Amino acid sequence: MREMHTGVAIREALTLAMEQDERVFLAGEGIGTSIHDNPLMPTYGLLEKFGSKRVKDTPVSEAAIAGLAVGASNMGLLPVVEIMFFPFMTLASDMVVNHAAKLRYLSGGKSAFPLTVRVKAGLFPAGCQHCHNLEAWMAHVPGLKMTFASNPADAKGLLLSAIFDPDPVIVVEDMGLYFMLGEAPEGDVRVPLGKARIARQGTDATVVAYGGAVHTAMAAAGMLEAEGVSLEVIDLRTLVPLDKETVLESLGRTGRLVTVHDATRFCGYGAELAAIAAEEGFASLKAPVRRVAAPNTPAPFTPPQVEYYKPGAEDVVEAVRSIL
Amino acid sequence: MATAGDAGIRLQILEKMILSRRFEDQITELAEEQGRLPGMQILATGQEAAVAAVLALQDDDVIVTNHRSHAHILARGADPNTLMAEIMGKESGVNHGKSGTLHLIVPEVNVLMTSTVVGAAPPLAAGAAFAQQYTESGAITAVFFGDGAAAEGSVHEAMNLAGVWKLPLLFICENNCWAGAQSYQEHCSVGNIASRAGSYGMPGDLVNGNDADDVLKTARDLAARCREGKGPALMELATYRMHGHGEFDKQHYVDPEELKEWAARDPLTMYRKRLTEEGVATAEQIESMEQEAARIVEEAVRFAEESPYPAPEAVLDHVWAEARATR
Ligand SMILES: Cc1ncc(C[n+]2csc(CCOP(=O)(O)OP(=O)(O)O)c2C)c(N)n1
Repeated sequence: MREMHTGVAIREALTLAMEQDERVFLAGEGIGTSIHDNPLMPTYGLLEKFGSKRVKDTPVSEAAIAGLAVGASNMGLLPVVEIMFFPFMTLASDMVVNHAAKLRYLSGGKSAFPLTVRVKAGLFPAGCQHCHNLEAWMAHVPGLKMTFASNPADAKGLLLSAIFDPDPVIVVEDMGLYFMLGEAPEGDVRVPLGKARIARQGTDATVVAYGGAVHTAMAAAGMLEAEGVSLEVIDLRTLVPLDKETVLESLGRTGRLVTVHDATRFCGYGAELAAIAAEEGFASLKAPVRRVAAPNTPAPFTPPQVEYYKPGAEDVVEAVRSIL
Repeated sequence: MATAGDAGIRLQILEKMILSRRFEDQITELAEEQGRLPGMQILATGQEAAVAAVLALQDDDVIVTNHRSHAHILARGADPNTLMAEIMGKESGVNHGKSGTLHLIVPEVNVLMTSTVVGAAPPLAAGAAFAQQYTESGAITAVFFGDGAAAEGSVHEAMNLAGVWKLPLLFICENNCWAGAQSYQEHCSVGNIASRAGSYGMPGDLVNGNDADDVLKTARDLAARCREGKGPALMELATYRMHGHGEFDKQHYVDPEELKEWAARDPLTMYRKRLTEEGVATAEQIESMEQEAARIVEEAVRFAEESPYPAPEAVLDHVWAEARATR
């Protein structure tokens, strides 16, 4: 397979969707003309390619961007809008949470909102008003689907599925991965929503992760292999709907579960996984579930604290050792 | 316009403009030397006449600002050493390395709050102004925001509330023609932002934001009005962002002719020239202001670079008033 950067793979998905279907349009702050003159960024060059009817630079107005997506999708278009950084979902959240997620339900199934919200996430030195992984908030809202890819192939395939999915999908993009190379297929190859991937097979413990944390888990698996410990790593790919079966089957084989995410621990997505293991996989558990996550503080700015904050492979190794 | 009696404040304005320019030129240099500054650096280069709006205020007035705050904060008299240390993420920084350049908060000099969420400053400022009204303190709040921010609903909501409740709140929009890579024309449907004031029952004045005397006069008049209990006011400074949105941004989307035109109207050059021509400042005085600014900034960099980073575990501090957060 070809290798490409995740940012480019995302652009391929956007391009394919726009070529295939006139109903797809893009909107967001700086998605056409950006301060980043960088061909690895997902929307680079799309304004030139598709024109300003279909690639819309908006004012700085997250509520308007999200409302645009809700209204236009209800009229049958397939909006793909971008929220520049995850914390600014709070400004878009009335439209997304109270409208996109609820109006199908309130209409008794008459209305549809096939919209996609691309959200850029990641820990970079700008302080916590720019960096805040809010996936657990969004996952808590019935009516929203959510993807969180860890590699170029999935970023491309999940985005294509999201765009053509009949429901509102939040597509979280780990910005660090934009610059990461990996394999990705050519053409319209979709990754179905709600199907996890076994990133690495193993027998002693299961580590469940998503986004950039998958690479943390894989690094830990490499370190433990040297000590003769075999880790299975599951990349969830979609947080809602969750592929419980793959997680529980793996737990059934290994008997041990560790969850890893870059978001803070308390009420994080790992808590849901731990609860599922306790409720539905209790018989398989040979040890307590462990969660590896960021501390319960806002994201730091200063370099030594960023280092301390971000869950690393050593943290995963330690968590696994504590339950072997 | 400026009168003979204004010589003192005009000299102060010039001094702070010089300091701000020197401080930010230093940041530009550090940003270019990889590794000497973490994060992105957002500068007010070209917008220094806003300093006059800060100096038009009284010391007990409160400022709420945004991501482009260095000039405002230096004009308030904050310590350049701890500001530079903060920008470098050091423990001795004004916010213990928690902020960096984007959310500098210096309550000691009444820089009450800073938000980098675009459009968030005005509603926060309405709260501050309400407190001033409530306690009959006689002070006012001035809030700085950009032309891009004026597109956020929160800005309109704050203006409406302030208008209805007659809050002592001076809205100061620094229209620097850009919001990220989007030009002013791309995000504003009318010619200027000042004209929106009418919708919220307050006066709105558009001033030459590169002319410190214009800024001073209008800010004084409008601040006096707020102080007299007549409610909020809006002033728009027509100015220009000379650097990109972050020092990595080389402004590939900007017409170089436009940059040249604005460079010819540099607020600092113009003010220096005017004060010399009017005999308010001598060339020697200005030269010594430049030298003093260079000394202050050199000292700030030395202080910041010699300061240690905060301890990694200090990431757990300041979440709550007392206890540390948990890992
Ligand atoms: C709510 C929100 N959306 C987007 C951003 C990203 N962002 C930071 S500054 C900026 C442009 C702001 O333009 P303007 O208000 O004119 O201020 P300027 O930077 O020009 O001074 C944007 C879009 C943000 N910080 N907050």
